[in-house]
Amino acid sequence: MTTRDDTFAKVTALIEPFNKKALPLTDDVRFAQDLEWDSLTVMDFVAAVEDDFDIIITMNMQAEIETIGQLVDAVEKLKA
Amino acid sequence: MTDAGTLREDAPVEALEHPSAPDLLAKFDPLIAERQALLDTGVRDPFAIVMTKVLSPTEAIIGNRPTILLGTYNYMGMTFDADVIAAGKAALDEFGAGTTGSRVLNGTYQGHRECEDALKEFYGMDHAIVFSTGYQANLGMISTLAGKGDYIILDADSHASIYDGCWLGNAEIVRFRHNSVEDLDKRLGRLPKDAGKLVVLEGVYSMLGDIAPLKEMVAVAKKHGAMILCDEAHGMGFFGEHGRGVFEEAGVQDDIDFVVGTFSKSVGTVGGFCVSNHPKFEVLRLVCRPYVFTASLPPSVVATAATSIRKLMHAGEKRERLWKNSKRLHQGLRDLGFTLGTKSAESAIIAVILSDQTQAVGMWQALLELGLYVNMARPPATPAGTYLLRCSLCAEHRDEQVGQIIEMFSQAGRAVGCIAQG
Repeated sequence: MTTRDDTFAKVTALIEPFNKKALPLTDDVRFAQDLEWDSLTVMDFVAAVEDDFDIIITMNMQAEIETIGQLVDAVEKLKA
Repeated sequence: MTDAGTLREDAPVEALEHPSAPDLLAKFDPLIAERQALLDTGVRDPFAIVMTKVLSPTEAIIGNRPTILLGTYNYMGMTFDADVIAAGKAALDEFGAGTTGSRVLNGTYQGHRECEDALKEFYGMDHAIVFSTGYQANLGMISTLAGKGDYIILDADSHASIYDGCWLGNAEIVRFRHNSVEDLDKRLGRLPKDAGKLVVLEGVYSMLGDIAPLKEMVAVAKKHGAMILCDEAHGMGFFGEHGRGVFEEAGVQDDIDFVVGTFSKSVGTVGGFCVSNHPKFEVLRLVCRPYVFTASLPPSVVATAATSIRKLMHAGEKRERLWKNSKRLHQGLRDLGFTLGTKSAESAIIAVILSDQTQAVGMWQALLELGLYVNMARPPATPAGTYLLRCSLCAEHRDEQVGQIIEMFSQAGRAVGCIAQG
């Protein structure tokens, strides 16, 4: 597995508890429209991702992230 | 700039090819529909109350009915204080209805200076700056203090004015879980060591009425070299020896860099402020846009504020009554079986947590019909998607009124079915 695959696996594992519609999770799945997350779910989830990877995803960055793929790429960059 | 004369007469306006651009208000259709569905069930609109007469800090006429007010932020009951009113009237006579100007141009009168002097004395600090509202105080302070490349670290349950202050500026914004010292510590530890950091805290969080563990949070912020801004909107007047706020009670007065507050709660009028001991504080008057680019408060408002602030320095008896009322109502509602936002009365705000919008509006209306006004709060203003009836007490609520309030909650709660038939 590449590190991106590894990050993708970790991120999707963190999404699962909030994946109420049991959608198949791919790079293109959008947090707001597809997973139908509200701002509170986003807050909890982002905190979980930050703590898991020991990074900070600022709210400025969060505003630019709409899909799982974009999040995985952002985490990859932040870890580096 | 738009001057009528800049349109050339010989340039005819051509018809647009796509005259049917989307209606910009269409994005609010779901909210309009939700509201209409609620109103169609026959309830009154909780966000369209008009008080036709205000009788005292604790009573008003709403729709011909005398109503006890339990949803104001008039904690210390200063709105009808005789000295406060007299000061306002005198300023109206002597200085007129308004300043029509910015603080940095023609909008600083004697009264603005006196108001800032009263704040410096109240807080025992070197500098005070008065804004036109508390909202603008947060907008101005936060957006100006934290610039590009700096970090703002804020509690997830922060007031809208704090979030808006973040968005108005260019700093990086980082949230931590509500009131979690550990979460704040972790996030500060992940930020670049040499970056400027502003930790924004509130003494009292206004939705649930819970207070922040300021002693621990301030220690953590200082450990990481951050500056601290603390909003004491709901703490001024009755926390700490001098009524300065939760930060005074927590014993961290010397470690808070900036205290933000408002005149629209305990002070009893409108306006906002920041006090600080920072030696370069006065430069903010020149660079803080929400201070510079708006009209200053009217003379009558700053006169009432200054008088009220000076009286609040010696309001020990009122503080005691406010705490007594808050504790009694908290206990009374708990005994009735309501779920409250805090285990004990931490502030003068007591939040009753209800299961959904229908129950919240039903309860709110039942109380209003019995002659009690409380605030209804719903997401996104509330944390964790809760529906709340927020009660805020006043030092001037009489013992018998607090008794009536508890009785009304008992009746309404049983009628609506949020508490068991007793």
